[in-house]
Amino acid sequence: MTAHEPPATPDPSGGPGAAGGRGAGRGRLAPYLLVLPSGLWLLAFFAVPMVLMASLSLQTGNLIDGFRQTFHWANYSDGFSTYGDKFARSLWYGLLATGACIVLAYPAAYWIAFRGGRNKSTYLFLLLLPYFVSFVLRTVSWKLVLTDNGPVLGPLRDHGLLPDGFHVLDTGWAVVSGLTYNFLPFMVLPIYVALERIDPRVVEAARDLYASRLQSFARVILPLSLPGVFAGVVMTYVPVSADYVNAEVLGGPRNTMIGNVIQSEYFDNSAYPVASALSFSLMAILLLGIFAYARTLGTQDVLEAARR
Amino acid sequence: MRMIAGFEEPTAGVVRLLGRDVTGVPPNRRDVNMVFQSYALFPHMSVFENVAFGLRRKGVAKREIAERVGAMLEIVDLAGRERRRPAALSGGQQQRVALARALVNRPRALLLDEPLGALDLKLRQAMQVELKRIQREVGITFVYVTHDQGEALTMSDRIAVMNDGAVEQLGTPREIYEHPATRFTAGFIGTSNLLAGEVTEVVGERAVLAYGPDGRIEVPLRGGPGVAAGERLELTVRPEKIGIGTDAPGGGLCGVRGTVTEVVYLGTSTNYNVTTATGADVVVFLQNATSADDIAVRGDGVWLSWDPRHSYAIGAAK
Repeated sequence: MTAHEPPATPDPSGGPGAAGGRGAGRGRLAPYLLVLPSGLWLLAFFAVPMVLMASLSLQTGNLIDGFRQTFHWANYSDGFSTYGDKFARSLWYGLLATGACIVLAYPAAYWIAFRGGRNKSTYLFLLLLPYFVSFVLRTVSWKLVLTDNGPVLGPLRDHGLLPDGFHVLDTGWAVVSGLTYNFLPFMVLPIYVALERIDPRVVEAARDLYASRLQSFARVILPLSLPGVFAGVVMTYVPVSADYVNAEVLGGPRNTMIGNVIQSEYFDNSAYPVASALSFSLMAILLLGIFAYARTLGTQDVLEAARR
Repeated sequence: MRMIAGFEEPTAGVVRLLGRDVTGVPPNRRDVNMVFQSYALFPHMSVFENVAFGLRRKGVAKREIAERVGAMLEIVDLAGRERRRPAALSGGQQQRVALARALVNRPRALLLDEPLGALDLKLRQAMQVELKRIQREVGITFVYVTHDQGEALTMSDRIAVMNDGAVEQLGTPREIYEHPATRFTAGFIGTSNLLAGEVTEVVGERAVLAYGPDGRIEVPLRGGPGVAAGERLELTVRPEKIGIGTDAPGGGLCGVRGTVTEVVYLGTSTNYNVTTATGADVVVFLQNATSADDIAVRGDGVWLSWDPRHSYAIGAAK
């Protein structure tokens, strides 16, 4: 609450309890009390660790002698120079997987939103069903499917349909496929929501005004669903670029992403400052990327279309 | 309406546009345009782009588009708001954008699906006048769906009263109102009083009915249902055609006895609810042209009278 607010001001959020002096105070506090639990939670588990990590990222030392604050900015520059290729690979895989997610998710969301009829929620549930299984377990089971002697490649190889030395596992494609699969719902759901909100009459109006099916899609449905795609890209690209499980399980040693580096620096090498610096670097890159993305796509239009 | 527009296919029959069978032709290749009840404006486009949409799809030259859209926005009184988004317009303005968006294509027929349903009364009345003016100006057929009977009467040259997907009656507003052909039409357009009585004799084109202990009704049959004495017949009389008096009417007027149950003063007129001798509820509108006092008060026994020419037989009573 702002301190300079005169106490006698009638309070719009007070409700019936706002009449008396004591009641007025409580009524005015109510919104803050409501925010308090989640605010404390954020403070304890987000803000404080962020500050600690920011501080840690500039320290030097090792696990045995302890870490000391030395404002060692080289943690950042070293991280970039050493792992620049991993950063690039992460962002590249993120792009590929996000692109694949759009290609797969849009038709599915479109179909559910416009052709789902009464069973829309059933279809959505079916789509989400695999995601009730643990993330790691899902990824590991992909490994079983894609392995050289697995149920897919095994029979193909036996029939001589595969060239020698053909692998799926331990390639970048396996990692991108796994990422695409694991983050697909984050793309489907926002696109579905955006499509679902389109008034079918508006589409009919386009048809009535001489637009073919394709034109009414391109001129009306697609522009109106872009806010959903936008949200989906943000929700997919960020976690995909930071993921390490898929690269770990499906990618083998030659396709590691920055997430794997951070993980191994932190847990294997106990190089906490380096890991923190890498994490902050990744965060900064992603934030910049998202801002640039929002700028170029024209948030104004997106938000306006989303408002309706 | 959705069949005329091409969104739905008829299970039977054909849709003809200027004599050409357009059944099965998709909506984008039919020369009719629709004004949707919810307007269905494109929320992501400016007013100008909304109106220009159809012309762009038809491949009209850019200069002509700008001219025609400008002229149409002039007609619907929205010049100067080309760059606004639909969300930044009032309901009435959105309605006019929807109208302009359809009319600018100069369709063979304009379909309006309860276009004024979402507007408040004042705006609706203003838009009714506006629509009639625009219709005269552009000179094309408007097919206008409405559930508002008053709107149907004021707006149209011809009315089709539809019930359950079938046309009950087709005619001018006057015909529909003055000569309702069916009970549904009589009840739907305006208020009407239904009375039933036993036919005592049929004299030429007229049936004479006994009503209550001493009531007498004559009703023209107009080639309607052929009835014989002894059958029960149902007829309808409009509330404003009925007079109220203390004595039985003479001079060939119909008369039935009743008791006033409610008197509602409405300024220009007064409504009387009367329960007749046989228990039917009859509404009477009397203009307050001469008398400032009510003719009758609640509980009064009165005679209702009307000219037989103003009543219509609508079939055998059940």
